[in-house]
Amino acid sequence: MKVVVDMNKCQDHGQCVFAAPDVFRLDENGRLAYVSDPDDALVDEVEEAADVCPLQAIRIEG
Amino acid sequence: MVVAGASMAGLRAAEQLRAAGWTGAITLVGEEPHMPYNRPPLSKEVLAGKAAFESLAFRPRASVADVEWRLGTRVVASRLAERTVDLDDGSRLSYDALVVATGMRPRRLSCPGPLAGRHTVRTLADARGLRAELTRPGARVVVVGAGFIGCEVAATAVGLGVAEVTVVDPLPLPMVGPLGELLGHALLRRHEERGVRFALGAGVAGFEGEDRVTGVVLADGTVLPADVVVESVGSLANTEWLDGNGLDLTDGVLTDEQLRVGGRPEVVAVGDVARFPNARYDGVPRRVEHWSIPTDTAKHAAKVLTGAGPAPFAPLPTFWSDQHDFRLQSFGAPALGRDDVRVLDGDPAADVLVGYHHHGRLVGVVALGGPATVSAAARHRAALLQQPALTA
Repeated sequence: MKVVVDMNKCQDHGQCVFAAPDVFRLDENGRLAYVSDPDDALVDEVEEAADVCPLQAIRIEG
Repeated sequence: MVVAGASMAGLRAAEQLRAAGWTGAITLVGEEPHMPYNRPPLSKEVLAGKAAFESLAFRPRASVADVEWRLGTRVVASRLAERTVDLDDGSRLSYDALVVATGMRPRRLSCPGPLAGRHTVRTLADARGLRAELTRPGARVVVVGAGFIGCEVAATAVGLGVAEVTVVDPLPLPMVGPLGELLGHALLRRHEERGVRFALGAGVAGFEGEDRVTGVVLADGTVLPADVVVESVGSLANTEWLDGNGLDLTDGVLTDEQLRVGGRPEVVAVGDVARFPNARYDGVPRRVEHWSIPTDTAKHAAKVLTGAGPAPFAPLPTFWSDQHDFRLQSFGAPALGRDDVRVLDGDPAADVLVGYHHHGRLVGVVALGGPATVSAAARHRAALLQQPALTA
């Protein structure tokens, strides 16, 4: 599974962090950081993270 | 399966039904001609001309590729006892299970005056129509309603270069209902510093003009010249099609703690049309018009319909609002703790983090400011999730 975040769209809402804390986090400045090749076992939480993104900036490939 | 309503809540309901194991046919009936799209940008990026429709449309999960979309079609009547709904094209659909997802429409002011030049912001068509008028040179804009949508529209209009933007509200401060006075004062000052004017403390009595609006008449007699009026004065639930089934439709459709409607195991309500008790708080049924609620309700309702028997619904309400160069970010239910508001960090004159309490218990946290403050609010989310129910 490959996770792609459109960082031009991302506005650091952090909703993905609550849905998939193993994949997404906000750094100390409140900016998004994420794992682009998470374990396939995390697909459910990554799908949920994509759903809850207010900007629809998260895409799952593969 | 019939899903009445094809915006975000309807789409999420279909996706979550598939995720919960529902393999039968699903039909989504939606009044708008569009596939489901994201509404928050309508009062901001779309109005500012920064977002195309393609960037608003949701990407449906692959699991719902086989659902039938009846777009441009409205559900007009229902017989829950017979498990049928009637559509405005004359057809009748039978169902094994029904999801009520028909959402809200803007409330309109009923006071006298012309209609032309008066706008609401709920749909893509609304936002496009308003944008065309805001961008006319020299437009004077009056926004009726100092809630979230009204203040977002006012901020966007100022950002577009509109020289005269006035927000009208009978209450003394913007967003004071949900957020209380401390943040209401802070928000008023921030908006005024950025060029928004306010006429607070008097409601609208009427509109001046012959063919189209030229002014807004306030209850105290003041007349505000206006070329464009935006009405953001709340919303009404689209539930008329449920009339005649003995349901409580006084404000949306009443559900039990499992989002079931009318005591029926095969009918659930999702999204902002659902008036549900939240087991996290006090058991009083409320509608919640937050972005997170369609997804939360859809996930829970799908489990109920597929017999998974989840614990009572207890979402943590979450909302945000982007205005000018700052963001409001809320977790929990600040409106339930307006009597006991404390600054947790920062300063209301700058970035601030505010806690709302009920009988000493933290029930909501709201951040106002930049990304670091918003991030700080998120750190209180875990504490809010761990609070016992207010009834406990």
